[in-house]
Amino acid sequence: MRSPKALILRTAGTNCDIETAVALKMVGAAPAIIHVNEIKSARVRLMDHDILVLPGGFTYGDDISAGKVLANELRAYQRELRGFIRSGRPVIGICNGFQVLVKTGLLPQTPSNDQTASLSFNDSNRFEARWVRLRINLQSQSLFIRGLPEIIELPVAHGEGKFVVKSPKVLEHLKKTRAILMQYVNEEGKFAPYPYNPNGSLFNIAAITNPEGNCLGIMPHPERFITRWHHPNWTRQTFLMDGVGLEIFRNAVTYVAS
Amino acid sequence: MSETPAAQACAGSWTQPWLAAPLKALQELNARHGWSLCAAELRAIQAHFTKIQREPTRAEVETIAQSWSEHCKHKTFTSPVALREGKSTRRYKNLLAETIMAATRKLKAPWCLSVFQDNAGVVAFGERWALAYKVETHNHPCAIEPYGGAETGVGGVIRDVLGVGLGAKPVLNTDVFCFCPPDYAGELPGNVLHPRRTLTCVVAGVRDYGNRMGIPTASGAIFFDEDYRFNPLVFVGTVGMMPADAVISAILPGDAVVAVGGRTGRDGLHGATFSSASLAKDADQAAVQIGHAIMEKRVLDALLKARGQRLYRALTDCGAGGFSSAVGEMAARVQGKGGARVDLANALLKTSDLEPWEIWLSEAQERMVLAVPPKNLKALGELMALEGVEVCALGEFTSTGRIDVRYKDERLVDMDLDFIHEGLPKSELAALWEPPKQDPCALPRADGARCAEILRWAVANLNVCSREWVIRQYDHEVQGGTVVKPLQGLHHDGPGDACVIWPLAVTEDPSDFRGFAVSHGINPALGRLDPYAMAMACVDEALANVACVGADISQAALLDNFCWGSPKDPRQLGALAKAAEGCRDAALGFETPFISGKDSLNNEYVEPKGRANPIPGTLLISAVAPIQDIRKAVTMDLKGPRNALYLIGRASGAIGGSLLAEFLELSGGALPEFDAKAARDAYRRLGLAANKGLVLSAHNLSEGGLAVAASEMGFSGDTGVEIDLDKLPKARDAAGEAVLLFAESPGRILVEVATACEKDFLKALRGILVSRIGMTLANPVLRVIGLDGRILLEEGLRDLKARWQKTLPEKLLVALPGQNRGRK
Repeated sequence: MRSPKALILRTAGTNCDIETAVALKMVGAAPAIIHVNEIKSARVRLMDHDILVLPGGFTYGDDISAGKVLANELRAYQRELRGFIRSGRPVIGICNGFQVLVKTGLLPQTPSNDQTASLSFNDSNRFEARWVRLRINLQSQSLFIRGLPEIIELPVAHGEGKFVVKSPKVLEHLKKTRAILMQYVNEEGKFAPYPYNPNGSLFNIAAITNPEGNCLGIMPHPERFITRWHHPNWTRQTFLMDGVGLEIFRNAVTYVAS
Repeated sequence: MSETPAAQACAGSWTQPWLAAPLKALQELNARHGWSLCAAELRAIQAHFTKIQREPTRAEVETIAQSWSEHCKHKTFTSPVALREGKSTRRYKNLLAETIMAATRKLKAPWCLSVFQDNAGVVAFGERWALAYKVETHNHPCAIEPYGGAETGVGGVIRDVLGVGLGAKPVLNTDVFCFCPPDYAGELPGNVLHPRRTLTCVVAGVRDYGNRMGIPTASGAIFFDEDYRFNPLVFVGTVGMMPADAVISAILPGDAVVAVGGRTGRDGLHGATFSSASLAKDADQAAVQIGHAIMEKRVLDALLKARGQRLYRALTDCGAGGFSSAVGEMAARVQGKGGARVDLANALLKTSDLEPWEIWLSEAQERMVLAVPPKNLKALGELMALEGVEVCALGEFTSTGRIDVRYKDERLVDMDLDFIHEGLPKSELAALWEPPKQDPCALPRADGARCAEILRWAVANLNVCSREWVIRQYDHEVQGGTVVKPLQGLHHDGPGDACVIWPLAVTEDPSDFRGFAVSHGINPALGRLDPYAMAMACVDEALANVACVGADISQAALLDNFCWGSPKDPRQLGALAKAAEGCRDAALGFETPFISGKDSLNNEYVEPKGRANPIPGTLLISAVAPIQDIRKAVTMDLKGPRNALYLIGRASGAIGGSLLAEFLELSGGALPEFDAKAARDAYRRLGLAANKGLVLSAHNLSEGGLAVAASEMGFSGDTGVEIDLDKLPKARDAAGEAVLLFAESPGRILVEVATACEKDFLKALRGILVSRIGMTLANPVLRVIGLDGRILLEEGLRDLKARWQKTLPEKLLVALPGQNRGRK
């Protein structure tokens, strides 16, 4: 079986590309870290790949707002990107990548391609790095969550991660299409305010998907929990499940391989 | 050579004749241009140009001033020093070479690959890799413009590591600060920023630059003292990793001088000379540079790619002194006699109105200088273009032994490299050390209630309390390798001794479990009483910290950073020399070499009337040590009830410089004796025991001694502690219970061991002074059994934790949007 080809799209300020590639390699993919200029010069073609990852970082310094500049650059390739998603291939935007997906209008998915949501400044008004608990919506169509328990742990690290929507209708639509994939919860699995909800996200939203389930936008960093030694309490052996992040990438690879 | 064209060309801005000028005129010039040159140096320049029979150009004098600055040359530290102590005088021909560097030479550690020569110290990391570590200070800029100063400090030290050998990939940032307490209410002169502003802006600067660069900031410390109110200290460090074959670089004549990265602008003129002087009332803000992290990230990504293709032969960063020092340093490294020829008209500029000498001196950020074989220029240009990095070839390296700088037809600099690098006149500096008078203070006797009061005060002390407010703002997990995090324990909020990095993002091999630990030691309070003891204690603290996470200290390496007042004051220089001797003896005692260091002098504020306010002499020791298997690393939080607690080391009755002394308002006090060899053996054995899986948790005893360390371990693991003071090994003079609880004698670590492993643990530590002093409890309290066998105190750990957590946010007057997790 050939290894699924994963394109990790980077540009100035991307900084989670290598660990994302390490994770993808561990689950049998063949990752290629590609600069956006290589897409622009047509040296590399998006459609030649099986998986697309927009990794975390501070693309272009998050000037204007997080992910905005890269999102504007990618708007020129929107038809291709939508084609990629429509073909059912896995797309995952992590942290800054999620911000880019939202600001290009790819998530939440709408017929018009308009941006209907955003990831705004944290309620604490500063960048924060901490581990959070997430409840997965097991009703979702998402291909990334197979075999995962309902509650998982992952780290967040961002200054602009507060999920907000343009109008209440957007949230209603997300709910109706089971597109809300992960929500911040406390130890009891219940919705709770800061610091459990680290940024003040609407409806504690941490990750969303398209209704078909192959395009994932996620604020927490799955590539930072790919072995048990990444968990803050591995010396206490008190994690819920080790290497949860790796399973998210594994699901993408398994999906492509089947 | 006779008349130079440059002398004429620059006539508009430069009319001062040097050759015939009296010293006083030169000193006026020196003051006006901010060169920070002393009389002897001005005379040496005059003599040199008299010998070659021509006037110096402005660019030449500026070049010399930058190259000879304290910042670039460390001239005090490398000077001859006569240290008078009591009736005897010790003479050093070169203080640094005969103390800190001498210890490294004597130890001959085979894993040291490059020490004290390149931009960072380099040690081996397994067979295939090497670690580069550099810690810098950025004090003066942070005093004036804290956000920009901190940003460019981080940017600068990252470039140092990027510019070592053929370039190392940064994998960890460290930051250590010394500030005045943020709730300081005293008077401050109008041009001095309030410490709260300095602290919040410096943290923001380190955060924004480090996070954007994608480098985890996972190790650091903050020390608060009012004597830093005029001169805050900001230490920033970077650990980088590179293939073992990229450690050594060589430049050949004919290689192109290539600048990559940001453009050259007027920002940051005179940074090197500015930071070598004391802060005056009218300090110039233009001397602080402007940082742009994403530009540096582009340069980093592009250079690591170019390194992989071996497109250049050597590189260095453009830091203090700009092109003048980068090109000057590289020119001296060219094989043969060395030399460089440069045309500044080729430089890419931010503004077109720069004077040629300003291009040469500008400290605009995010620039690197490369030595590139001409045949690779095209490939390099293409690679850089893809990453959005600009490249310009300035000239070429030569073997003429001269540095030759022009702007089109105008000659700016034409000097012997020898004079720039070796011409600095040296004279013996007088140093004096008088130990402060030892007040024979009666050792305090305190009952249980008093001890509990001291403990509650100590955990909330600014120098003990939680740094979570700061740490959470740093992305300490980017690159996916921070396997022991700065905040540890059940609720991820306990104070870790050291972080452990598993450099997956470099090796890309998840089956290679080798990692490294980094930590720091700093203790200016002790330094006030005895700088020698401070150096010993700092080395001990740094090494004990890495030992606590299970690292192998037999292959550790150290870095020193001295921040001091004016070396012209013999007493201050005497303290500095004593601290350097302490570093030497600690290095020899622990058999741990120093690999790099830095000093920042003249950290004093001179009042308009002339009174100088120096900082307390401050030494930061940073340690890096390998850990063979990160899966065996240890954290500091207690793991559960009914485990045994062991204490390594012995408490003495000396409490000088401790928190207890501060509580009792004792200014002097005796200092503990310290046996570095015994500590070395203990830490090595502890590392071995950890590797066998015999250690559940370990925590170094620092500020607040045993009581605070036990509390921290307890509340981080939500597990209780019972300590029997009668089981503690005591020195003859350590009788009082308060002293046993709060003494800060170095060389001590508290260790939690499962009862099933006790026998093996003791076997692993045979020959080491280790005592079983208590047990862990299910009930989260700290219970201390007094010397009389009765309960001396019992404090709730959750209450202690709440006190420990609230101090810093409260002093910063930050409204927390919610409660912390540990406080249900």
